[in-house]
Amino acid sequence: MKIFLITLAYLVLAPVLGGLLAGFDRIVTARMQSRVGPPLFQPFYDVLKLMAKENLAVNHFQNFYILCFLVFMIITGALFFAGGDLLLAIFALTLAGIFLVMGAYSANSPYSIIGAERELILMMAYEPMLLIAAIGLYMATGTFIVHDMIAIHRPLIFQLPGIFLGLVYILTIKFRKSPFDLSTSHHGHQEIVKGLTTEFSGPALAMIEVAHWYENILLLGLVYLFFAWYPPAAVAAVILTYFFEIFIDNTYARTKWHYAVKWSWAVAATLGVGNVATLYFLR
Amino acid sequence: MKTLFFLMAFPLLPAVLLAAVSAARWRNAIVKMSSVVLAAAAVALGVAHVKGGTSYYAVEGHWVDGALFCGEIGLSLYLLVKGFLSRRYVVPLLVVLQTGLMIYSEFFGGVVSAERDLSVDNLSVIMAMIVGVVGGLISIYSLWYMKDYHAHHPEIPNRTRSFFFVVFVFLAAMFGIVFSNNLRWMYFFWEVTSVCSFWLIGYSQTEEAVQNAFRALKINLLGGLSFALGIVYLAFVHKTVDMSQLLAMGQAAALIPAMFIAFAGLTKSAQMPFSSWLLGAMVAPTPVSALLHSSTMVKAGVYVIIKMAPILQNTAAGFVIALIGGVTFLLASATAVSQNNAKRVLAYSTIANLGLIVACGGVGTFEAVWAAILLVVFHAVAKGLLFLTVGTIEHEIGSRDIEDMHGLITRSPALAIFMLIGIAGMFLAPFGMLISKWVTLKAFIDSNPILAILLAFGSAPTLFFWAKWMGKLLAVPHTPRRTAGQIEPEEWTALLGLAVLTIGACGLFPLIAAEYIEPYTMQLYGHAFSLGYANLAIMGIMLGALILLPLGFFYFPKNLKYEGAYMAGANLPGNLSFQGSLGQPRDMIIRNVYFRAYFNEASLSRLGNWITVLLIVLMFVTAEL
Repeated sequence: MKIFLITLAYLVLAPVLGGLLAGFDRIVTARMQSRVGPPLFQPFYDVLKLMAKENLAVNHFQNFYILCFLVFMIITGALFFAGGDLLLAIFALTLAGIFLVMGAYSANSPYSIIGAERELILMMAYEPMLLIAAIGLYMATGTFIVHDMIAIHRPLIFQLPGIFLGLVYILTIKFRKSPFDLSTSHHGHQEIVKGLTTEFSGPALAMIEVAHWYENILLLGLVYLFFAWYPPAAVAAVILTYFFEIFIDNTYARTKWHYAVKWSWAVAATLGVGNVATLYFLR
Repeated sequence: MKTLFFLMAFPLLPAVLLAAVSAARWRNAIVKMSSVVLAAAAVALGVAHVKGGTSYYAVEGHWVDGALFCGEIGLSLYLLVKGFLSRRYVVPLLVVLQTGLMIYSEFFGGVVSAERDLSVDNLSVIMAMIVGVVGGLISIYSLWYMKDYHAHHPEIPNRTRSFFFVVFVFLAAMFGIVFSNNLRWMYFFWEVTSVCSFWLIGYSQTEEAVQNAFRALKINLLGGLSFALGIVYLAFVHKTVDMSQLLAMGQAAALIPAMFIAFAGLTKSAQMPFSSWLLGAMVAPTPVSALLHSSTMVKAGVYVIIKMAPILQNTAAGFVIALIGGVTFLLASATAVSQNNAKRVLAYSTIANLGLIVACGGVGTFEAVWAAILLVVFHAVAKGLLFLTVGTIEHEIGSRDIEDMHGLITRSPALAIFMLIGIAGMFLAPFGMLISKWVTLKAFIDSNPILAILLAFGSAPTLFFWAKWMGKLLAVPHTPRRTAGQIEPEEWTALLGLAVLTIGACGLFPLIAAEYIEPYTMQLYGHAFSLGYANLAIMGIMLGALILLPLGFFYFPKNLKYEGAYMAGANLPGNLSFQGSLGQPRDMIIRNVYFRAYFNEASLSRLGNWITVLLIVLMFVTAEL
C-alpha cells in the first residue's frame, strides 16, 4: 500500500517538481549571467503553450516514438520510486532513451539525425559509469533493490565517494548540460540547430519536455540514494548537486563528442573502477 | 534413449536421400518433412524431460565404438588429402598429431570405452531443442535460398545436393555432441562439426572461400588437438573417458583435462584470439552463417565450457577463462561499431555474446551457469532470425550494407520488423538477452567485479551499434519505394518462426528457467537461482507495454500538418535536396557514423589477440599449479 502511494505520488508530483526545478534552473542561470530571468513557473507556461500549438511533423510515425519515450520514462521512474530493481530501472531508462533517438531517426532530417547519433554517442559515454554505479551500490548493500538499499540505513556515500563523483560527472550529460549538451542545444541558431528535437514541435515537444522533467527527478532520486540514511542531508545533497550542474553548465563551453566519450570513460575507469576495487579488497 | 538415438541417427537418412535425389520437388519435400520431424522429436524430448535429472545410457557392444573409430580414420584421411592437395601442410600435421594421439590411447591407454556412452540432462535437452527447432527452420529457409543463390551466381558450381547432405550430417553431429557422455564419442562428433563447417564455408570454392574454410579448419583442428590431449590425459592418468566421472572426480584432479577441453571450446566458440575463423565464415551462403552462429558449431563450443563450469568454479584457471570471455566481449562489441557490413556486425556481436557466455562458464557459479544457459537460448533464436533476415534483405535490395537499409521500414515493412525484433532481442529490455545480462552482472559481481566492469564497458558500444542500425531501418524517407522482391513461403516460415520464438522465449523464459535451468543448477550445485516474483511482475508489465506499443502504428493522429525536414531554410521543392553554398542543388544524403579511427578493427583485434594469447598461457600455467 505504501509502495502504491509513493508510486502514485511520483506519477503526480514528479512533473510538478521537475517543472519547478526547470524554473529554478532558469532563474539561477539567469542570475549567473547577470539577468533577471523568467518567472519560476515559466516552464509550465511554455509546455501549456506548446500543447496548444499546431502539430507539425515530417511523417506520422515520429510522434509515436516520443509518446513511447514519455511512457517508458514514467515506467522507469515508477520502477525506481516504487523501490524496485535499480538495474532494471537503468535498462528501462535505456529503452526510453532509445525511443527518443528512434523518433529523431524516423524524422529523416539531417539535423535530427545528427542529434540522434550524438545522443547515442552520449549514451555510450555515460552507460559504463551508470552500470558501475549500480555495481558499486550492489557491492555496498548486497542488493539491487532500491527499497532494501534505503532500508540499510548506512551512509553509502562514505563507501562510494568515487562512484558518487563519477555519477555526478555523467549526470551533466543526462541533465543535458554544457559541456555535454551535444545532442540538443538550448538555442536554435547553433551548429546543429536543435539537434535531436529539430523536427518536433507543439505537443510532441511538450511531451519531450515533460519526459525530461520525469527523468531529472529520477536522476536526482539516484543522488538521494547515496545519502538516504539521513533525509535532510539527502535533500541538501540533491539541491547542491543540481546547483553544481547549473554552475558547470554556465562555466563550460560545449565540447566535442570525442572528449565526452573519452572523459566519461576515463572517469568511469578511474573513480568508478577505483571505488569498486577498494570495496572488493575491503570486503 | 530411443529418442536420443533417433535424433542422432535420423538426420543421416535425409542426408543420404538428399545426396541422392536431384529433383527440387523431392528435395523440398524431404527437407521440410525431416526438419519438422527433427524439431518435433527434439521438442518431444524436451517435454518428456521437464524437471528431469540426468539419465545415463550404456550402449551394448563395442560395434558403435568401432564404427566411430572407423569414421574418425575416414575423416582424417579426407582431411589429409585435402591438406596435401591444397599444399596447406599445417592441416595434415594437426590431423596426424590428433589422430595419432587417439590411436595411441586406443591401443595403449587401456580405456577404450566409457561405462555410459550417452547421457541426457536439462542442459542437453535445451541444446537439443535449439539444434532441432532453429536448425530445422534454417534448413527450410536454405531450400529457397540456395535456389536463388545459384540463380544469382551462375559461376558457382551447383552443389546443392551435397550442401543438404552436409547440413543434415552437421545437425546429427550436434545432437551427438550434446548427448555424448563418452568423451571419445563427443570428440568424434566434435571433429565431424569441424569438417562440416569446413565444407560449408568453402561452398562457393572461390579463392577467398577456400582460404577462409582452411583457416576455420586449422583453428578448429587446433581445438580438436587440445580435446584429444584432454582425453588422452584422462585415459592415462585417471583411467576414464567418461564425462560424468570427470565432473565427479573433484576440481583438483579434473582441472587439467578440463582446461584442455575448455581450450577446444574457446576455439570453437570463436573467442579471441581464434575469432578470425568465424568472421571469415561469412563468405559462405547466409543460411550457413545462420547455422554456425545460432544453433550449431559455436554453441558446441560454449556447451562444453558450460559443462566444465563446476570444475572451473572458484579456480584461478576458471577466472582466466572468464577474463578471456570478458575481454572478447568488450573488444568485439567495440569493433562492431566500426562495421557497416550487416553480416560482419552480426558476426562481431556473436563473438561478443559468446564471450559473455564463456565468461559465465569460467566463473562457474550456479548464478553464472543459469545466466549462460539463458544467454545461449536467447542468442540462438535472435541471431538465427537476424542472419536469415539479412539474407532475405540482401536478395531484396541487392546489398548487405547497413547504409543501404536506410528507410527499410517503408520499403519492406515485414523485413524491417523482423530485423527490429531480432535487434531488440539482442539488447533491449525486456527482451531475453537483457534479462540474462542482468543475472550475468549479478553473478560477476558476486564472483569478481572486474568481470562486471568489463561487462559495463562492453555494453556501451553494444547499445551504440545496435541502436544506430535500428535508426537506419526506422528512418522514413520522403519518397518511399517498395522493394521489388517477394518473400517466398520458405522464407516466411523460417523468419516468422524465429520471430515468434524470439518474442516467445521472452514470455516463456520463467518457464524455461523453472523447468530446465533451475533443476539443472540445483542438481549440480544444490542451489538454484530464481528471479524474484516482483521482478517477474515488472517484466510482465514491460512486455505488455511493448506488445501494446506496435498498435501505435495503426494510430493516425489527426490535425497533423506535414512539413519537409529542416535544411537550414534552403530546401528545394520536394524536400529531397537543398540549395548548396554556391547556389547549386544538393541531394540530402544521410549516413551513419562508424568511428573507424577510434574503433579500429585491425588495432582492436591485434590488442585482443595479444591479451588473450597471454591469458591462454596463464590459463594453462595456473591449471598446472
